[in-house]
Amino acid sequence: MVPLWMFLLVAAAMFVIGAYGVMARRNAIAILLSVELMLNAVNINLVAFWRYVTPENMSGQAFAAFVFVIAAAEAAIGLAIVIAIYRSRRSVVVEDVNLLRG
Amino acid sequence: MIELGPQSVAFLFFSVFALGGALGVVTSRNLMHGALYLILSLFGVAGFFVLLSAPFLAAVQVLVYIGAIAILFIFAVMLTRGMTRLTETLNRQWWLSAVVSLMLLAVLLVGVILPVWGEGGTNPNMPSTDLVATTVDLGVALVDGDQYVLPFLVSSLLLTAAMIGAIVVARDDTE
Repeated sequence: MVPLWMFLLVAAAMFVIGAYGVMARRNAIAILLSVELMLNAVNINLVAFWRYVTPENMSGQAFAAFVFVIAAAEAAIGLAIVIAIYRSRRSVVVEDVNLLRG
Repeated sequence: MIELGPQSVAFLFFSVFALGGALGVVTSRNLMHGALYLILSLFGVAGFFVLLSAPFLAAVQVLVYIGAIAILFIFAVMLTRGMTRLTETLNRQWWLSAVVSLMLLAVLLVGVILPVWGEGGTNPNMPSTDLVATTVDLGVALVDGDQYVLPFLVSSLLLTAAMIGAIVVARDDTE
């Protein structure tokens, strides 16, 4: 089998790419896409540790399933907020959303 | 080093999918392309789940992530037309973000992954046993009173609340 650290390497690289997207992109939808990348990297880690360290109990897979649920809820709510903001401000650039800035 | 078996070839293939798709998501100017690159990346992750003998999660990845969440993103991109081709896709701190991200990757690699799970690390990096739980075990664990039945029920509540919340937030109540 492929050693564990290669899965961890790919997951870390994917998480870091997602973090860069969250910090550097201006479009709110692109930021949400990058958050999905980070959640997927976490899922790779959970399942890889489950397979290599504790394959006899199901905690890794169960937690990955809960991450799926959270990701679905996050995408639905996030995109609803983005569409509501687009309707009122005609923009999805995060710098334009400064209504609450003092 | 690693012998070049079919698993290693498949791993390399899926890594290229996952990481190439991820790079496409954060670099593509047209967001529609970004959403399609996300599908490529999610497909690579589904392949990882197959390699890690978690077939149920691989199926859920394809059905829920690619089939529902990625399509939801494509709908959102189409609903916010005119914002898909911004001339400046990155903000002013993009170079700082790149530096911070690369430092995070370096710390993770040098500080955690390679010394602990790498070749000759403190913890083993091969599975200790061939015993692998099946999808039946996952299903039992999710509804077993001693394991995850409470988080399972709470997550169903969360999904219902998210669905109602998304409808309330996105509804147009001007008329």
